[in-house]
Parts: sequence; C-alpha cells; structure tokens
Amino acid sequence: MSEKIKKYPGERIRTADLRKGKIPVTKWKPKVRYAWSAGIAMSRFLEELKNGKIIARKCHKCGRIAVPPRMFCELCFRPTDEWVYVKDTGTINTYSISYLAADASRIKDPILVAVIDLDGASKGMGILHHLGEMKKEDLKFGMKVKAVWKPKKERTGAITDIKYFKPAEV
Amino acid sequence: MKGKMFGKKRVAVVGAGLTLFRRNLKETGKELAYEATSMALDSAGLAIKDIDCVTLGTAPDAFDGIHMKGENLLDGAGGWRKPYSRVFVGGGTGVFAANSGWWHVASGLFDTCLVVAEEKMSSCFPHPQYAFTTIFDPMMNRPLGINLVWIFALEMHRYMHVHGIKKEQIALVSVKNKGNALDHPCAQLPAKITVEDVLNSETLVHPVQRLDISPTSDGAAALVLASEDVAKKITDNPVWIDGVGWGIDSTYWTNRDLYYPKYVECAARMAYKMAGIHNPPKEIDVAEPYDPFDYKELHHMEGLLLCKKGEAPKLTAEGITQRDGDLPINPSGGLLGVGNPIAAAGLMKVCEIFWQLRGEAGKRQVPGDPRTGLAQAWGDLMQYGSVIVMRS
Repeated sequence: MSEKIKKYPGERIRTADLRKGKIPVTKWKPKVRYAWSAGIAMSRFLEELKNGKIIARKCHKCGRIAVPPRMFCELCFRPTDEWVYVKDTGTINTYSISYLAADASRIKDPILVAVIDLDGASKGMGILHHLGEMKKEDLKFGMKVKAVWKPKKERTGAITDIKYFKPAEV
Repeated sequence: MKGKMFGKKRVAVVGAGLTLFRRNLKETGKELAYEATSMALDSAGLAIKDIDCVTLGTAPDAFDGIHMKGENLLDGAGGWRKPYSRVFVGGGTGVFAANSGWWHVASGLFDTCLVVAEEKMSSCFPHPQYAFTTIFDPMMNRPLGINLVWIFALEMHRYMHVHGIKKEQIALVSVKNKGNALDHPCAQLPAKITVEDVLNSETLVHPVQRLDISPTSDGAAALVLASEDVAKKITDNPVWIDGVGWGIDSTYWTNRDLYYPKYVECAARMAYKMAGIHNPPKEIDVAEPYDPFDYKELHHMEGLLLCKKGEAPKLTAEGITQRDGDLPINPSGGLLGVGNPIAAAGLMKVCEIFWQLRGEAGKRQVPGDPRTGLAQAWGDLMQYGSVIVMRS
C-alpha cells in the first residue's frame, strides 16, 4: 500500500454472522459426480494391484523405470517401451503426520503419510501412501517399509488395495 | 536500461491498487476487483478510457464456486468491450498476471494494460482446502483422503531433512513477516509473535503448525502498465519491468525430490537473463518471494538464487532478511502477515515492489533507496514458478 493512499476499500464481515444468516447470502450445493476412465497405463496398474503386484513402465531411452506407469516418457517425450514389475517394498523419502481430514476438519488419531521410493523402480520414483503398524515416534527418513495388502477377495483395483506400508523389519 | 531490450517496447508500472485482505469481505469478487482497479487508475491519474486492454488473474474456480471466473469478474476489472483475457497458473497466477500484462505492452500491440487479480475464498464451506482436492490424481492420491496441507508438509519435511534445518529456524520467518505486516494497512494477520508461539501452535500436519501457514482470505489487487513513451507522459516516477520468467515441473510430484524448487530456479533464470542480472544477491535490493508457509520463503530464496541451497535459514537468523537488513525479504509482511487471497496475494507482492521502488511504502519502506526489486509466486502441485524483476 502506498503512503499516498488514505482510504482502504473492503468491509469485513464476521464468519459467525455469515453462518447465522445475518448477512444476505445465496447458497448452492453442487450435486455432480464424475467417473474417470483410468487410462491406458493406469488401467493395467490398477488390474495388477488386484493381483498384489505393482507394475511400472520403462523408457529405453533414458532408462527410467517409472511408477506410476505412463505410456509416454515426459522427459524424452517418446513412447515408453516395456512393462516392468517393481517390488512392494521401499524407502521413506519424506513423511508427515496429519491431524487434518480431506475437508480440513480435525482428527484425533493422526494419519501417517509418506512418499515411498519403491524398490526396483528408478531412484526417487515414489508413491504417496499411508503408513501403519508403527507409532508416529518410530517414523524415520530412510526407513525400509513393505506394503500390507487387503485380502485378495476385497481388492477392487484401487490404490487402497494396499492398506498401508509397515516397517519392513517387523 | 541494463540488459538486452526484449519486445518492441519497454514496459513500466505506473499505478497500483489494493483492497483490504480479510477472511470475509462483504463485497463480491466483482466489487473487490472494481475497488482495486479504481485505486490503480486513480494513482496513475488515468481513466478507464485510457486503458487499451485488460489481463485478469484469478485462481481455482472451485474456491469461489463460480465457473469461468474471468467472465464473472470482467465488469469489475474494467474489461467491458476491451481485449480481455484471464490467466490462471494456480498459486503462481498473481505474478504471472503481471507477466502477461508485460507481453501485452512489450509486444507493441497495446500502449496501456490493466492487470487485475482477485480471490474470494470465504464462499467455500466447510473449507476451501476441500475444494482443492480435485487437483489431485483421482487414481493415485484422492482415494487416500489427501489434504492440501499434506503435500506441503511432505515438502517442508524433506527440505528440513536434506539440510538438517530445525523448526525454530523456519519459525523465524513467520515471526518476521507477521511483524512486518503490522505496518501494512491492508493486513489480515499482523502480529507480534515469538518463535515459541509458532512452536506451541496447533499441529495441523506435522511439521506444519497453525502459525506456519497463511490464512484463507478475500481481496483484490491491480496494476496499470504503460509503454515507455506513454509512461513518461503519465509519471516522472515509472517503475520498469525489466525481467519476467515462468516455468513448471512435472505433475508426478512423488517422483521429484521436493527439497529444492527447481521450477522457481528456471523461472528466475529466465527473468534474470532478461534483466541482465548476473549476481542476484548483490543486484536485488528487495524481494517478495511467495510465502504461503514460512518454509516456502526460505525454499524460494534458494530457488531464486538469492543464496546457496540450505543457506536461507542462516541469513534469516542473522537478520539479513529483515526490512533493514542487507537483503530485505517480504517487507510487506507477505502472505503470512498480509493474507493469502491466492492471485491477489501474488499481485500484492508486485504492488509492494512498485511502492518500495517508488519510495512510497511509508512505514514499510526499506532503507537505502532500493532500485531493483523482485516478486515471485508459486503454485499448482508444488511445481509452478513465476518471477518479475522491476527497476526504478
């Protein structure tokens, strides 16, 4: 703000007054739903999760084994070449402890989340997932972890077919 | 000018305007855009008839719940029957809007351009973070119940781990910026706080705590740009846009090392090359890097090549980034102090550099007659950088 300006536009209102309906408002709640086609690469990935396997795509030009898999290499900008299974074990690249649900409401028992670099994929190829069977105090960078899968008949071809990752040593 | 001439015309900022930033403002987005735009025109001594074109920046439609927000805001932004367009690059929008204003004029197509940015986040319930969920990959991320703050916590933690940075060092940024905001008449969260206050605040997503994070806000900002020949008729005190840059990294965010914002470096290098800047810490007198979280100011200082990787916490602890330090960072109070109506917050930073380089920043004025300033914004899935370099 310039020192030459003496009047600052904007009229503050209180959230409480807004919620109580003391401020004239118009409300609308969207009722739309979406169904996304999983696509060429991710359809195979999700099918493989049902089998308890994690599949990646390899680019023969840069040599990267990429997960999540993709039908084209965004670095070389050419088609990827090969399906490659990677392991369901990996290393914690970074982690956090969430007291927020998706809608930003507070939760009492925190969700442990991490980016996990998967064994068998190229360096730094991580996926986001939950951690379980450990206390938040035990979490460490570089920790080895292993996927805990849902029982086969409960799997639906979703990233949640992996319940969470647990410490690999346990 | 220093550096090579880019475009057909050199471009100046000749006016700026800003509304209050608040959690809830009674005005509609359109009314806020009108207020900021009118102030910018008044400060340039121009009327809407003097404006050749308008570029508008506003961030996700989902926050306001209004699709095609550019069209919704156009009457308030002075776009009626003018060449008008909206730009949108997530959190990077505010600075990118100024960049797009630059090329409207630098191209020689227009003599004057209004740049307007607006955001109204208070319309969304229970919290705009929930509306943001739709940015995440529906196969890999959304089924896990992902929240926006998760990804920033993961990035912050990685940055801390790689360089061995402590939370106390990061908290100093929040203390500084909220303190600086005490001198900003539009600020939403100005406060005198301590490092202990930050460390004792509610943990949202470890290591992110309540006082590490900027608020949700409503607000608008605007700039008037003019070509060199026109600018010199309007004012004796133009501020030149000498460098613009923007760049983006991969959307596969779990495949990147989050400890360093390479995308900001790409954007900064583009802007520095254009402005003929070879030694950023020596040549930049004042900077407004994007600070929606305290760690992001440090992260972005490094990406902007204002210091070495991992060195920003040290500069902060030494007081170098204070308003009276050698390299004042976020003298406005930043997003942490002034507030964070996304696109408007980014353009607020450009406004601040304009006022700083004109010597009009009042109590916030950095000493020593600053001549070269920089503003930067950041957005999308921790992947977008936009940078502007200005000189008086």
